[in-house]
Amino acid sequence: MGVEVPDVRESWPQAIYTVTLGATPEEGGTRTKKITVGGERALPFHHFDGEIPHPPVVAMEVWDIPGEDWPQAVRTPFADVMDDPGRWAEKCVEYGAQLICLRLVGCDPAGRDKGPEEAVKATRRVLQSVGVPLIIWGCGNADKDNEIFPAVAEAAQGENCLLGTITEDNYKTLTAVATAYGHKVIAESPVDINIAKQVNILAMDAGFPLENLVIYPSSGALGYGIEYVYSIMERTRIAGLRGDKLMAMPILCDIGREAWGVKEARAPREEVPQWGDEQARGPYWEAATAYMYLLAGADILIMRHPEAVGAVKRTIAELMGEGA
Amino acid sequence: MAKKLTGIEIYKLLPRTNCGDCGFPTCMAFAMQVAAKKAPLDQCPHVSEEAKAALGEAQAPPMRTVTIGAGEHAWSVGGETVLFRHEEKFHRPCALAVRLGDDLPPGELQGKVKEASSLRFVRIGQEIGVNLIALEHRGGDFPTAATAAGEATDLPLLLMCEDPEAMGKALESCGEGRPLIYAATPENLPAMGELAKEHSCPLAVRGTGLEELAQLTESLKGMGVEDLVLDPGTRGLLPTLTELVRLRRLALEKTFRPLGYPTLALAEAEDSFDVLAQGVAFVCKYASVVVLPPLGPELALPILTARQNIYTDPQVPNAIEAKLYEVGSPGPDSPVLVTTNFALTYFTVEGEVERSKVPAYIAVVDTEGLGVLNAYADDRLTAEKIIKTVKEYGVMERVNHNKLIIPGLVAVLRMEIQEESGWEVIVGPEDAAGIPAFLRNEWKPN
Repeated sequence: MGVEVPDVRESWPQAIYTVTLGATPEEGGTRTKKITVGGERALPFHHFDGEIPHPPVVAMEVWDIPGEDWPQAVRTPFADVMDDPGRWAEKCVEYGAQLICLRLVGCDPAGRDKGPEEAVKATRRVLQSVGVPLIIWGCGNADKDNEIFPAVAEAAQGENCLLGTITEDNYKTLTAVATAYGHKVIAESPVDINIAKQVNILAMDAGFPLENLVIYPSSGALGYGIEYVYSIMERTRIAGLRGDKLMAMPILCDIGREAWGVKEARAPREEVPQWGDEQARGPYWEAATAYMYLLAGADILIMRHPEAVGAVKRTIAELMGEGA
Repeated sequence: MAKKLTGIEIYKLLPRTNCGDCGFPTCMAFAMQVAAKKAPLDQCPHVSEEAKAALGEAQAPPMRTVTIGAGEHAWSVGGETVLFRHEEKFHRPCALAVRLGDDLPPGELQGKVKEASSLRFVRIGQEIGVNLIALEHRGGDFPTAATAAGEATDLPLLLMCEDPEAMGKALESCGEGRPLIYAATPENLPAMGELAKEHSCPLAVRGTGLEELAQLTESLKGMGVEDLVLDPGTRGLLPTLTELVRLRRLALEKTFRPLGYPTLALAEAEDSFDVLAQGVAFVCKYASVVVLPPLGPELALPILTARQNIYTDPQVPNAIEAKLYEVGSPGPDSPVLVTTNFALTYFTVEGEVERSKVPAYIAVVDTEGLGVLNAYADDRLTAEKIIKTVKEYGVMERVNHNKLIIPGLVAVLRMEIQEESGWEVIVGPEDAAGIPAFLRNEWKPN
């Protein structure tokens, strides 16, 4: 009776690629858990449009050196383990990390300038300490990353890690070693959808399979450019679902690094009394950044604070319809 | 459902006499102009009332714009045109409301109303804050509480009470301010509709399911009440998000008139992170009014910031005024840094300079809202322009050194500036995050 409401469901011709990380002993690795992301045929949590087989996942960040510039609020939960990547990773898993993102900050030539042997040591240490899959992120200096990744990728051979990042200007070494040692790769672009596609094309032309890529469109914290990334992610996801095979990858967001770099998360209460307590404000800022990226299409979130991680995982479960 | 009419469809509604009284030679020519929105329909003196109604209906925007409140703090919501901000932009920032109960003693209620009203911050040169005070009937004396709340704030009210009698009494004291009345339901519809009409107030409508909601809005429209706000009646993150997406698609993609109104969502949760998740999600995905529980600045700031970000126009570079800025209280020994007037670049630099605790001058070059690299690539950040800007600001006369710090990303400009200006040009960090270490460790005036 009465008014008939039109059906607004939309179906999409193409699903996002499914990417599995980690390998068990039977598969040639040593992981006790594997993680699968992607495969969705719908916009984020639009379950009525199509299947969303795998929930987004949360990785926690571990460094090969102590996180000295981490603000107190987010350093405290790791205060006793930051000098050991292995124990640090264990602690993250206790806090609920589904993946560990080992960031080789210590290899940065502008910093500690650690060599490949030390990077390998940190990688092995984390692999031995936890059973979850790994993301291994270079120091960001292209030449140095090309120097350390061959050794790191070999040390993690068969573990099916996610290595990053390749860029428009630097993709050959990493795609080659990832292929050689059985890993997947993060394709980075500077908040630019055309470059995002271009990096994927370059990787493909270098013989790297598109379905082994994860898009990293760069991340910005809430209040610091998130709206640009948000829209790039929406456009990327819509393009992928509409059938653009060069844009149909899962998307990764580097949340903790961005969120904990901004004033709203860092500034102590004495500096900005009108903003309230920074012990609460920092985790909220990180979680809020994560919530926005989830709605824009994030499949993998890299985060730092245990409370924010717990809250975001709970929200993901809720958004997947797994009880409330 | 009604869609935008074509010239032919409009032609059929006209007298078809080619009398020329409209100023066009034929009815067809006039119809084409109307379809292109280049001439108003009433330029035809002979057009029938039916034609006007049909055309008015068809040409109405797919989502109505509704104004809540009156005067300085009135807030308009709705009127949205796209599902994704990159397609155009989101037009009217959603209203954020803080929800209080009428069961508090009036004095305490007023204190909380004032607290909520003062949740205001300045970010990127804009003031952002809570827009509405929601007063909910929880067994107290609603009309008295509404009067008390209204006295304690300049913000418009959102009156949440489903008893038309109590609502009517509350409106006698608060109706002038055009509060949003919440809510018309199948149980109280005609009475609530009458109140909205009598006091010329916007009215929220709550149905169980979108079919019921559409029936309610049609009934209200029949009563002549059209400033409506839709509450799909769902609670919790996923069910509400789902209905908000459906409502937005119905309004914009299907031009489904019965649901072509702004929307309202209630964020309700025990845990503050869950409140944050709902607040952020409803801001991003399509609520026009988000009702929040009482919250402190730690929680309000990220939600307000999310709204500011999402409602930024993606086609307009976010620029700040190009001038000389002072961070801390800089003196003759203080460093002078150059950056661009892209808001994000400037505020990041400013934040890092603040963090360094080294008072400094920031000379902002007008790059028409472009960041450092883009501006350089586009010839809007050149040696010549930097020199001209810095000279114009007269900042080198205020300091007792002649050092100028330029962004690391345009290190290539160093020699040219140095030779042309005679200043000692120092290359700063490439990333603003390096500024505190740079200023603390490397900066020396002499």
